[in-house]
Amino acid sequence: MPKRTDLKSVLVIGSGPIVIGQAAEFDYSGTQALRVLKEEGLRVILVNSNPATIMTDPEFADATYVEPITPEVVEKIIAKERPDAVLPTLGGQTALNTAIALDKNGVLEKYNVELIGANIAAIELGEDREKFKGVVERCGAESARSHIIHTMDEALAAAGELGYPMVVRPSFTMGGLGSGLAYNEEDLRRIVGQGLQYSPTTEVLLEESILGWKEYELEMMRDKNDNVVVVCSIENFDPVGVHTGDSITVAPALTLTDREYQKLRDVAIAVIREVGVDTGGCNIQFAVDPKTGRVVVIEMNPRVSRSSALASKATGFAIAKIATKLSLGYTLDEIPNDITQKTPASFEPTLDYVVVKVPRFAFEKFPAADPTLTTTMKSVGEAMAMGRNFTEALQKALRSLEQKGSQLDFSPVPEWEVPELVEKAKRPTTDRLHQVQRALLGGASVEELYAATGIDPWFLDQLQLLNETAHEIRKAGALTPDMLRNAKRHGFSDEQIGALTHNPEAVVRGVRQALGIRPVYKTVDTCAAEFAAYTPYHYSAYDEEDEVGLHAKPSIIILGSGPNRIGQGIEFDYSCVHASMALRKAGYETVMVNCNPETVSTDYDVSTRLYFEPLTLEDVLEVIAAEERTGGVMGVFVQLGGQTPLKLAQQLADAGVPILGTSPEAIDLAEHRGAFARVLDEAGLTSPKNGTAVSFEDAKKIADEIGYPVLVRPSYVLGGRGMEIVYDEANLSRYIANATEITPDHPVLIDRFLEDAVEIDVDALYDGTDLYLGGIMEHIEEAGVHSGDSACVLPPITLGANVIERVRTATRAIAEGVGVRGLINIQFALASDVLYVLEANPRASRTVPFVSKATGVQMAKAAALIGTGVTINQLRSAYKMLPETGDGSTLPLDAPVAVKEAVLPFSRFRTLEGKVVDSLLGPEMRSTGEVMGIDKHFDTAFAKSQAGANNALPTEGKIFVSVANRDKRSVIMGVKRLSDLGFEIVSTGGTADVLRRNGIQATPVRKVAEGTSAEGEGTIADLVVAGEIDMVFNTPSGGEARGDGYELRAAATSIGIPCITTVAEFNAAVQAIEALRTYQWSVTSLQEHAAALLAATNSAKEAANA
Amino acid sequence: MTTPQTTATSSAAVLVLEDGRVFRGRSYGATGTALGEAVFATGMTGYQETITDPSYARQLVVQTAPHIGNTGVNSEDAESRRIWVAGYIVRDAARRPSNWRSERSLDSELVEQGIVGIQGVDTRAITRHLRENKTMRAGIFSGDAAAAPEKELLAAVRASAPMEGARLAEEVSIDEAYVVEPSDHGWEGEPKFTIAAIDLGIKAMTPVRFAERGVRVHVLPATATLDDVKAVNPDGFFMSNGPGDPATADAQVKLLRSVLDEKLPYFGICFGNQILGRALGFGTYKLKYGHRGINQPVMDRRTGKVEITSQNHGFAVDAPMDGATVAPEERFGRVEVSHVSLNDDVVEGLACLDIPAFSVQYHPEAAAGPHDAAYLFDRFIELMAGTRDGQTANLSKEPVDAKHPAEASQNTNDNNTEDEN
Repeated sequence: MPKRTDLKSVLVIGSGPIVIGQAAEFDYSGTQALRVLKEEGLRVILVNSNPATIMTDPEFADATYVEPITPEVVEKIIAKERPDAVLPTLGGQTALNTAIALDKNGVLEKYNVELIGANIAAIELGEDREKFKGVVERCGAESARSHIIHTMDEALAAAGELGYPMVVRPSFTMGGLGSGLAYNEEDLRRIVGQGLQYSPTTEVLLEESILGWKEYELEMMRDKNDNVVVVCSIENFDPVGVHTGDSITVAPALTLTDREYQKLRDVAIAVIREVGVDTGGCNIQFAVDPKTGRVVVIEMNPRVSRSSALASKATGFAIAKIATKLSLGYTLDEIPNDITQKTPASFEPTLDYVVVKVPRFAFEKFPAADPTLTTTMKSVGEAMAMGRNFTEALQKALRSLEQKGSQLDFSPVPEWEVPELVEKAKRPTTDRLHQVQRALLGGASVEELYAATGIDPWFLDQLQLLNETAHEIRKAGALTPDMLRNAKRHGFSDEQIGALTHNPEAVVRGVRQALGIRPVYKTVDTCAAEFAAYTPYHYSAYDEEDEVGLHAKPSIIILGSGPNRIGQGIEFDYSCVHASMALRKAGYETVMVNCNPETVSTDYDVSTRLYFEPLTLEDVLEVIAAEERTGGVMGVFVQLGGQTPLKLAQQLADAGVPILGTSPEAIDLAEHRGAFARVLDEAGLTSPKNGTAVSFEDAKKIADEIGYPVLVRPSYVLGGRGMEIVYDEANLSRYIANATEITPDHPVLIDRFLEDAVEIDVDALYDGTDLYLGGIMEHIEEAGVHSGDSACVLPPITLGANVIERVRTATRAIAEGVGVRGLINIQFALASDVLYVLEANPRASRTVPFVSKATGVQMAKAAALIGTGVTINQLRSAYKMLPETGDGSTLPLDAPVAVKEAVLPFSRFRTLEGKVVDSLLGPEMRSTGEVMGIDKHFDTAFAKSQAGANNALPTEGKIFVSVANRDKRSVIMGVKRLSDLGFEIVSTGGTADVLRRNGIQATPVRKVAEGTSAEGEGTIADLVVAGEIDMVFNTPSGGEARGDGYELRAAATSIGIPCITTVAEFNAAVQAIEALRTYQWSVTSLQEHAAALLAATNSAKEAANA
Repeated sequence: MTTPQTTATSSAAVLVLEDGRVFRGRSYGATGTALGEAVFATGMTGYQETITDPSYARQLVVQTAPHIGNTGVNSEDAESRRIWVAGYIVRDAARRPSNWRSERSLDSELVEQGIVGIQGVDTRAITRHLRENKTMRAGIFSGDAAAAPEKELLAAVRASAPMEGARLAEEVSIDEAYVVEPSDHGWEGEPKFTIAAIDLGIKAMTPVRFAERGVRVHVLPATATLDDVKAVNPDGFFMSNGPGDPATADAQVKLLRSVLDEKLPYFGICFGNQILGRALGFGTYKLKYGHRGINQPVMDRRTGKVEITSQNHGFAVDAPMDGATVAPEERFGRVEVSHVSLNDDVVEGLACLDIPAFSVQYHPEAAAGPHDAAYLFDRFIELMAGTRDGQTANLSKEPVDAKHPAEASQNTNDNNTEDEN
């Protein structure tokens, strides 16, 4: 039966900003969905607040709304666009929740909009714990056994049946308060006793513990004819207890017999039918008791998920694309398998390789956080690798993480350390894999570690195999062919072999290559070679037969950005994808190298060829060699994927690889302090006084010279890693002592810190002759807050024309001085009307997608073409990729205003005491994603950005204000305005006094430090937790009072109300709140904004000509 | 517990294909020489079921899944009394099995049963070679045998018997009949039906699937006669899967014709499908590289639904695809292709419209593989019930829609070509 003909237009809901647990994978799935819908001839409407996505590129939809994903806003879009249907299953939980809300409040019915790809009843059955338990039971399967109890006696009786350990969960408490694991009766009495008190309904759920069981997940698809297929099975290396997103996972499942696997499959199919997922994808998680094989269903997601993206990349089966087609009425057997072309999608992929995914964490950004891994996901990204066996895939995945200490360490383990390692491995943390492998290396047995960790003995034996292989490498004495071949089959890198044999990496590589021991590239084909594959999606393996086909034109290789991390996320993938699209359109063959399964760049449709490989020098050089021998390489782009490829630039050039765009020498000129200072000198530009130190003595001398406060940071980093503002010598000493990585190659940079400066960010293109200034972004927070965490606005709203002219001149001088060919990002600070240059990065920046969306000019595409020799002049005229005249610095006054706001993950991270970590912003970046608010004016654009970032500003209610002494003067106007608008102002201590003196009625409340009064009056933190405060405005005063502020901010963060910590942001919020109360919220698509901008530009031109 | 370190004791091994291609690896299982037809199987689970499936007799099986042996071997999952593969080709053999049901390692099981294997070879390269060049004879040589010059090894391979024209069912079948009782498989109460099942290489799960539905199964040797069949007073007649070339199964074709003449309901699986095809007067042919996997999509043309099936066949029935036709053996009336492979349009099932008989080329008993097609056992039970009640004498009154399900796809996969040999 072919597709439905009654659908003419569809609204797709995206997933919004990147947050932990909901990341780039939804851009990947969403982009596929939009492509399918367009190909099928539908009018496509999209809402997604995240500008750093490919899906929000205007060419992917007919109307692209970069607006907050809230039921109210989506209703406005529906009212305006009147789509026939809404597709909510490709935008994560955000989209699904929005769809449910629109159904509940009658909007879908009112506008006669059909939900496709999902139905509300199915979603509820899948998501409601109790209802889902019923589903599982009706399918003849089991959930974890549980009892609801109201007294201690009932608890003890239940314990008899459930056995210890047992999960105790008080009902209806906030954030899992009072939950715990009872290992014996004593624990049970204590935890249940507290739990009965905490629970407002005196109710506690007791559940059998499945901790330590084997964990599996099946990715499923179902069509309207009830055809069901399992796309992929995934096995968790870590047993139950660690969130799948935080676990090392393996595809396919490796430790099940067919009978056990088919049992999971049967249950999964029964559940998907019983839940009633009509069409599309879903996943189901299982726990299997390793002692008996008993199967317990954990949960299901009736939508495309993070695991579906992983499963798609792992198998080559494009789940999102196919789910979209199914939602239009196709059946699985009517959809061809892209890869084989001749066979249909109604089959189950079979793998002849092993896929390993490893999570990447960012605990170093949250030193106060407890690093224990739990069922709350904490990782910020992931890397995936494929190999012909588990050991090869695991080692490739670990080196893909590109994190210090991520690779296995085979140095000898002293005997005394072994019991300690075994003990530590009992608690799941980011270090567990290493602890287990090192304990085995030190002589612990597989049985001991199985008892300690619950990791399947087969996996433990594989780690043992790696240890044995390392031993053989070491004892080989020389780089013999047999040893090298064996080492490579188990994924050892040249670097690792070098370390084990005391040889430089380059020597190992030289010998290995001379011996002809090179990787071959296999193809991901969904069918284990049963049918020919037509998509060149490759992974390396040390095996016999190479499958890379000959290509007619020399290829252009684009190096991606690796796993997402704070500071290097989806924004860089955006630039890589754009480059590939632009270059392919210009007739080149492009090759993508990347190891991040969440991304659009690793969709096999994006580039001519895809190599799913780690981004290390060795792996990249081998890909280049493979491309060389099959048709030649024109050059490599290193400027698009962030710091990851950029740091390979020089080594690649040394190996004779042509670098496209900005040369490695130019890159070094910008990165190297001394050289860059000369560029600035020659251009007559100023930077804050600074110096470079490799020791504390150096650092002290420099700091004394330039004066405190100083900004200190390691060189060659992204995202402000380790960056701090240091106010005195004692703290400088502490900083240097803690900075372990200081070497003459990697010195510490020390800058004078400019207080109260306005920070300005610029993205520009330079071709050697002309400059195209993409956009000037004015930061809302003052300098000192990392640019990635700061909100910013484009075009700038408080910079005068002459400042803009100075920025423009400086940008041109730097681009020219450095020798940029392509993109450059420069950060300036304006203090006392002096323009300082903070830093310049000759590469795509985090803000390129924002600038592109805000101005309607796709800069990364232009940069890619500049890398091939096209000039800015040609891009303006022949290519029509840049405006004919003018640029981002000459936007007309009535151009739309775009605000970028960062999204921060504080609520995910808890201290050992269970409180959320502090939410203060600083020079070290901690945001995971961003949203854009765009409108005619700043106030409404800012309001939209806050709503998009899940921080919707209140329009009435109570606002708590407490600011540091230095800020008291500057907040009075704003607070007065809010009071006049009818807000109740609540305050403490000195701030309350100041406000009252200024005639503002401020209700006094108790400080956190004062504690609850004798009469039982709670503190401000209690009020916040009780939900009585609608917004918190608190600026930190440093020193003692910091603790008070922390409690308050933690409370606001944990219940999710806006918590403003800078005066600049507060003032913007006041403007926005006023606008929210005055104006109707209107929605405008990017396409409409672009048309308006064009009209404004033309009329400005006419006016100038007149 | 000692960790079996099988890799340490393995010796050099070589796989030689009939066309001269050679792959070198290490020995696995027993050492020595194994000759047979090289085929690849793509299942990611179920190696124990695979190696004990009698349909793999005289074949050297390449497992495309790289890790084999992870869950060891147990006494429940074997599909017959012994390992039938003639040789075993894997990439990474498990050093240590891990599963709560595991009793011993696959390696030791192979050694015990004298099955010669090879590990550490590029199984994907071998698979691609077989896909592009057809299944062919091959030999695994390990230990001392591997030391001989390649020329001699190749000569040995070329001297071995080809699969075409091989009559193997009698070799793998049992000598003595036995009965599988429903009460031993969870069925409560009296058996509903009794069938006679001819073991041409039957898998253990097949009688179990009948028994758990209340059907008593008399498993008879491949040499059984019509009298043997009648002796058990069956409500239905079944022919199993099995190895070899269906063109050699004249005895079974003859038996089936006589059963069909008796109007006894018939159900055949795999070899049993090919025999029905031949009994009706159709030919069979050898596929270029066969279907061996547990992910094979088949459309039931009656319902339009797709089932994911377990398959293991190198030969197929040559029957007209476009709707019901009168069988060449006209006395059996009309027949239609009821099931078709969505990968390459190979005939995957036959249904007679005027007599109570049907069969499928794939494995509804699974083991290994998905259970999607288990409904076929119920369909046979309905057929027997209908016949007994005198209500229906065939599967359906109306022929299915003749239109091919995947209308647009005219690009028949090149597996579905008659072998030139």
